[in-house]
Amino acid sequence: MKTKLAILALIGVTGIVFAAPQTFDFKDPKGINNAGFKLDAPLEAINGNASGVSGTVTFDPENPGATKGKIVVATGSLMLPNPMQKQHMLSDKWLDVAKFPEICFESKEFKNVKTTGDTTMADVTGTFTLKGVSKELTVPVKLTYLKDKLGERVPNQKGDLLVVRASFTIKRGDFNINPGQYEDKVSDTIEITLSIAGASPN
Amino acid sequence: MAGSIVFWAAAGANRGWTKTHIPIKTVDAVTGLEGIQWQAEFVPGVDFLGAALLGAGVLAGISLFVPRKSKQPKMETK
Repeated sequence: MKTKLAILALIGVTGIVFAAPQTFDFKDPKGINNAGFKLDAPLEAINGNASGVSGTVTFDPENPGATKGKIVVATGSLMLPNPMQKQHMLSDKWLDVAKFPEICFESKEFKNVKTTGDTTMADVTGTFTLKGVSKELTVPVKLTYLKDKLGERVPNQKGDLLVVRASFTIKRGDFNINPGQYEDKVSDTIEITLSIAGASPN
Repeated sequence: MAGSIVFWAAAGANRGWTKTHIPIKTVDAVTGLEGIQWQAEFVPGVDFLGAALLGAGVLAGISLFVPRKSKQPKMETK
């Protein structure tokens, strides 16, 4: 009996000391995850969002600076209130969804990591790929680790949640999206906001 | 013409392009994330107003070339 208890205690201690990084899946069954985009040109403002978010992030609550992951947005899920604008945006003249069905960001390195409680702020350097063009970007992110909260969001599931929030800007010209053209109506600067939560079931 | 202006104004006088979907914000109670659900709704914009006014102008112009039916007094026959 004593031996069994000792083994169980050892396993428990080992688990605490060597807590493995958790993998969070960002395919959201609730459909809340989204990436917003905003273009404010002199003649026209365009506001939309994309709901087709997926990807995985490996996060260790004991070492948030070692976080790695890849977030993918389905280009076809980009939505605008005006159907003609949406059609133009997804056409081969702009994003060419048939040829480039995904927009993604893959992290390489976390810098300036500051953790307070369950919240981590950091600057993430990674590769952003849009319309087949990849550029290295550094993006400020906020990670919130919600231990044992998965069950409150998805019934009958136990596990943890990781909320990722990020805001950054890109230039569409850098990604070969009609560089230098129509800038009075379609701003070169695109503001992107990422609001996503990933789940790590136990 | 007046009808289209009234319809556009009553629908919120949207000075952007016509919308067929409007974003509805929802907040996830657990994560605090703000999600967007798109709801189908027709909101006429300045393109709708312009097309309506142009259509009304064209109809008004065509009406100038349509001959009026003149009312002739009935001749009394004995």
